[in-house]
Amino acid sequence: MLPDASTLAPRIDHLLWLLIGLSGAIVLLVVALIIGFSIKYRRGSTAKRGQLPGWLARDVEIGWTAAIFFVAIFLFWFAATTETSQYEVPKDAMEVHVVAKQWMWKLEHPNGRREINALHIPVGVPVRLVMTSQDVIHSFFVPAFRIKQDVLPGRYTETWFQATRPGTYHLLCAEYCGTDHSQMTGGIVVMPRADYARWSEGTDDTGTLAQQGARLFQRLGCTGCHGNSARVRAPSLNGVYGRMQPMNDGGFRRADEQYLHDSIVRPQKDVVAGYQPVMPSYQGIASEGDIILLIAYLKSPDGGDVQ
Amino acid sequence: MSEGIAARDLTRPDYLQYGTTVRSWLTTTDHKRIGILYAVAITFFFFLGAAAMALVRADLVTPSADLITNDQYNRAFTLHGIIMVWFFLVPSIPTTLGNFLLPMMLGTKDLAFPRLNLLSWYLFIGGGLLTLFALLAGGVDTGWTFYTPFSTLYSNSHVLLAALGVFVVGFSSIATGVNFIASTHLLRAKGLTWMRLPLFVWAMYTTSLVMVLATPVLSMSLLLVVAERAFGLPIFDPRSGGDPLLFQHLFWFYSHPAVYIMVLPAFGVVSEIITCEARRRIFGYQFMVYAMVVIAVIGFMVWGHHMFVSGQSAFASMVFSFLSFVIAVPSAIKVFNWTGTLYRGQVRFSASMLYALGFVGLFTLGGLTGLFLASVPLDVHLTDTYFVVAHFHYIMVGGSVSAFFGGLHFWWPKITGRMYSERLAQFAAVSMFFGFNFTFFPQFVMGYMGMPRRYHVYPPEFQPWHVMSSVGAVVLGFAYLWPIFYLGWSLVKGEKAPDNPHGSTSLEWQTTSPPPRENFDRLPVVDAGPYKYHPWHSTPDEVEQSHRPQLP
Repeated sequence: MLPDASTLAPRIDHLLWLLIGLSGAIVLLVVALIIGFSIKYRRGSTAKRGQLPGWLARDVEIGWTAAIFFVAIFLFWFAATTETSQYEVPKDAMEVHVVAKQWMWKLEHPNGRREINALHIPVGVPVRLVMTSQDVIHSFFVPAFRIKQDVLPGRYTETWFQATRPGTYHLLCAEYCGTDHSQMTGGIVVMPRADYARWSEGTDDTGTLAQQGARLFQRLGCTGCHGNSARVRAPSLNGVYGRMQPMNDGGFRRADEQYLHDSIVRPQKDVVAGYQPVMPSYQGIASEGDIILLIAYLKSPDGGDVQ
Repeated sequence: MSEGIAARDLTRPDYLQYGTTVRSWLTTTDHKRIGILYAVAITFFFFLGAAAMALVRADLVTPSADLITNDQYNRAFTLHGIIMVWFFLVPSIPTTLGNFLLPMMLGTKDLAFPRLNLLSWYLFIGGGLLTLFALLAGGVDTGWTFYTPFSTLYSNSHVLLAALGVFVVGFSSIATGVNFIASTHLLRAKGLTWMRLPLFVWAMYTTSLVMVLATPVLSMSLLLVVAERAFGLPIFDPRSGGDPLLFQHLFWFYSHPAVYIMVLPAFGVVSEIITCEARRRIFGYQFMVYAMVVIAVIGFMVWGHHMFVSGQSAFASMVFSFLSFVIAVPSAIKVFNWTGTLYRGQVRFSASMLYALGFVGLFTLGGLTGLFLASVPLDVHLTDTYFVVAHFHYIMVGGSVSAFFGGLHFWWPKITGRMYSERLAQFAAVSMFFGFNFTFFPQFVMGYMGMPRRYHVYPPEFQPWHVMSSVGAVVLGFAYLWPIFYLGWSLVKGEKAPDNPHGSTSLEWQTTSPPPRENFDRLPVVDAGPYKYHPWHSTPDEVEQSHRPQLP
């Protein structure tokens, strides 16, 4: 049977069993009535028959219409309120970046450790997944956690989970993505915290995502304009992450991951108030993986604070 | 026997004898003959779509890829989806039984636009040939959903041809819809008011409304796919500022109502069969009518429930979830009313009745599992798994295909003028019910366990469920093939059908079997609602006439 390995899983299963119970009861009722009536009132049987009084039919009709309506509203309310927590990612969640491409999953830990088609995470720690795709739409599906989220090109989508049981669970692509869709699979390895700590120490010497991002920030020439001593007028990016930015065309936008991503590949889309739209697009120059590094760098405390 | 039938001229030819050359068939504007032309065409497409799935189910017996490659697998399930949805299910009941019966139930000679009706068949064949050509040229691998940007930028298959095929066949749907709407408004017999219409007519009318309003959106979205794929217009490609989700919104804006295009006609067929075979007025006629109208309207407002994990806003998901629960209400009312119709009836277990009762059971299960998918948190887990596959097959195959077979048997004597072996047909109906459950019930279980749809190779723990499903599919395949033999036999050697073998009160039975070219020798006049079965003390064979022939 399907393991329940996240904090979400048992709650989803409760909802499932409620619906199975209710549906089972309705199916039994309908089938029993159909079979019962068909046999009792089969052609040629001697059961008493006659016209139903008109008011009876109408009252029964109104009665069950109302009953079904209230059941439907109740179920909506129950389902809608079951998992509101899923919309709010815990503040202390560990962040894992996911880049999907035909037909593999690339996953990056904050400390710079990269994995392909596998994700090692500690038990009992909330994990936030920030995901994007390099090509078509994919979907990150971990049945044991009861989570699924489509992964779109040109956009960050997110979901989160907190694993409750060590073990290895399926990671599947659930949105059809071409030839090897069914082989775009991997494993989520949930480890006890101590094991995870040992595992994550085995990093290579390329540094954390933020450190790699800092080097990339220099190499791609971002410092030429966004550096503290740059001549071209461009906003400093120190502490930009999460700030509300005034826009050239009025209004504000929060500088979240999506905004930073778009500002790199389509800089003309939302220009910060007071600046000229002079930045060239880095589409094709910075890969989705690079952009993740840059964002990780900008999110770090001294991110963007360079000469 | 009514006066109209007694007074008829016994030497005049029926519609089948009215011209026997191929040319007379291909240029016919007789709604009955066009219904038969459609029946031949969709039967071909049905078996083509079924063959593609037979290949898929055979390959899924083992977790690895053994019979076909990944690419072939993807082309096979895409073919199955495209053919079954647009070339079988959408046209199935409306264009065959609907074309044949609607004018007769309205008490008129033909549809409002007989030549448009013939044109719709040629459009259907044209679209079908384009799609077949795409298949012969190497196939399509986008799935029937054509999701972007895969379909526009990444697929190496014949997306353009297939999209154009579906685009063309859309116009055939629209033509049929316009024709049915106009006919229902304009051509009702004297005295046949809206609230006296048989439920089958209401079903055709509401289906036609949905066809006419939704299909243009599909045509438009397919044109956008063509525009981006063939001409590079940036519409869905995010690298050029496009939005891949836009396509999903447009696509489901058609394709959710399309589910109702496929199932509303089934409601009509089943209502006719159950009332006649239980000799009982439909329970709650007005509620049945309003339920169909409400379903047709709200059906347009629930498309977002296909997109709970797509990245759509949480608020939008809540609204769509709410509306999806609401639309369950009229569907449930219909199930209870069919059940209530049996109460105090005279139930006869004919093959068509078995199909109809099977429909009610399978539709109930399909509808209830829809509630699982309407619940946002549960849908996140279940969407894009076999649970969804099982759910919509319960509605479309358990539901619509059962109803189609039921209707085919029920009206067979009227259409062909021949009787078939009731016993062999009952056997087919029962095999279909069991074969269907055997095939699709395991898919609910493996879907919950996390088996994604459209997977060629899969984790080995799902194998027992796939084996069950494939074995069930063999039974189901038998249940589909078996009627070819006894119905074929009926065409050649079947005994001549009487005019009204089921003792129905409906207008289409108050003429000869098969009907004359102009349906009735004298146009009927209606003075009461439908289904005047079973008055107090009546014997099952007694039928109260709800109409009388028009006096000259």
